Amino acid sequence: MTTLTQEFSKGIIKQNPVFVQLLGMCPILAVTITATNGFGMGIASMFVLLSSNIVVSFIRNVVPPRVRIPAYILVIATFVTITDLVLNAFLPSLHAALGIFIPLIVVNCMIMGRAEGFARKNTLGRSVIDALGMGIGFTLALTILGIVRELLGAGSIFGANIMGSSFEPMALFASPPGAFIALGILLAIFNYFYRKFGVQ
Amino acid sequence: MDKKLVVSSSPHLKSPENIHSIMVDVLVALFPVALMAVFLFGYRALATMVIATLVAMITEAIILRKGNLFGDGSAAVTGLLLAMVLPPAPPWWVVVIGSAVAVGIGKHLFGGIGNNIFNPALVGRAVLVVSWGAHVAGDVWMRPVPFNFTADIVTEATPLATKAASLLDLFIGTVSGSLGETSALALIIGGIWLYYRGHIDWRIPGAFIALVFVFGLFDGGFNMGLYHVLAGGVLLGALFMATDMVTSPVTSVGKLIFGGGCGLITMIIRLFGSYPEGVMFSILLMNSLTPIIDNLTLPKRFGEVKQKNA
Repeated sequence: MTTLTQEFSKGIIKQNPVFVQLLGMCPILAVTITATNGFGMGIASMFVLLSSNIVVSFIRNVVPPRVRIPAYILVIATFVTITDLVLNAFLPSLHAALGIFIPLIVVNCMIMGRAEGFARKNTLGRSVIDALGMGIGFTLALTILGIVRELLGAGSIFGANIMGSSFEPMALFASPPGAFIALGILLAIFNYFYRKFGVQ
Repeated sequence: MDKKLVVSSSPHLKSPENIHSIMVDVLVALFPVALMAVFLFGYRALATMVIATLVAMITEAIILRKGNLFGDGSAAVTGLLLAMVLPPAPPWWVVVIGSAVAVGIGKHLFGGIGNNIFNPALVGRAVLVVSWGAHVAGDVWMRPVPFNFTADIVTEATPLATKAASLLDLFIGTVSGSLGETSALALIIGGIWLYYRGHIDWRIPGAFIALVFVFGLFDGGFNMGLYHVLAGGVLLGALFMATDMVTSPVTSVGKLIFGGGCGLITMIIRLFGSYPEGVMFSILLMNSLTPIIDNLTLPKRFGEVKQKNA
């Protein structure tokens, strides 16, 4: 039986949903144009993941196995709707920047994966720890990708210009092909260090 | 006595050709083009070519961790070809990044020589066009000033945009455009050298140029057909880029399809697209189809009979 610390840290490093499991690629590639967008998407997904993990773990002995996937989707969709409305009310600019990708959290395979692969087999406490770890890992990864793309594609980080006025941004990284290239290079760097330090 | 009968496994025929000798031949073929570029655009063209070639070689040496800067020569060819598709005087850092991207991402991220899907030099240019369009594809086309090594830059529209240059100017190269694309004469000399050395097949450039010509006929008769062949990057692309051994099909029919596809896409972009030139996109697009074309045009195995259904 894994300890709670391992349960928590696996989501950040060993089984990072982005850099190791490559889950939820669609929002990862689409919204990480800036660090702020990446961070916001990460937090939104983390909230949905945490809430749905709690509920799925709670109802795991009640839902018949044959209808569990529709049940999970209903649970997740509920929390996505809450997130969507809250963002729209309190952070309209972020809401506008993330656009369609907030409703699409419903079908984010990381969240479905944790519900199906973890929360329905584990106790409430473990599910919460797992969701927190996975959520932080997801948020970290999206923020790192956002920082790299914003730095190269706009010369700033979290909106603060740090490359000076003579810097001419590399527009490639603000476009979808740049997302693929940046993610690929980050994956290569992470794999290098994972191997070097013997993770996995 | 024991030398008379040599027992060995195949291959029995060995060619003295290797990557190094082929790349040197390509560099020789590019020499008249480079000479013409310096003659037309002065020291800036020379600087662009030197920077692009040096950075490409240094990038390759770093990635391969080899001390030999020239190596097998393929990086030098990539760098020089990249310079050929850039304007005469882009900012130096644009050339540096383009060249490093061409070799680093265009070639080595795919597995190095022989494994790249796309022509590395064109990958470099595509990245530059997407990232800094104003420096490599905007109002940057220097008017050529023959015999003046340090002429000032005066920009003008390219012949593809104006459709007003004389055919003689286009043939000799005294028009604005990318470093290596203006002089049809120099490109044809280089192409003949490559053909004579057996490094390019007539099918790819033949089909490419023929389709461009035929579509040009519809754009305004015989003169316009010739104009479309001579203006812009068709000859450079057809002779030096589409014929890249790594990224083009190996079968004869496949080569015709590949060249024809390049010509077709080029002309669709030129006549109906928002870009004046489509050679780069057409070659990159056809590069991505190369494995499929090769698979579809596999020759029949000799003596093979269709199996009867038992």
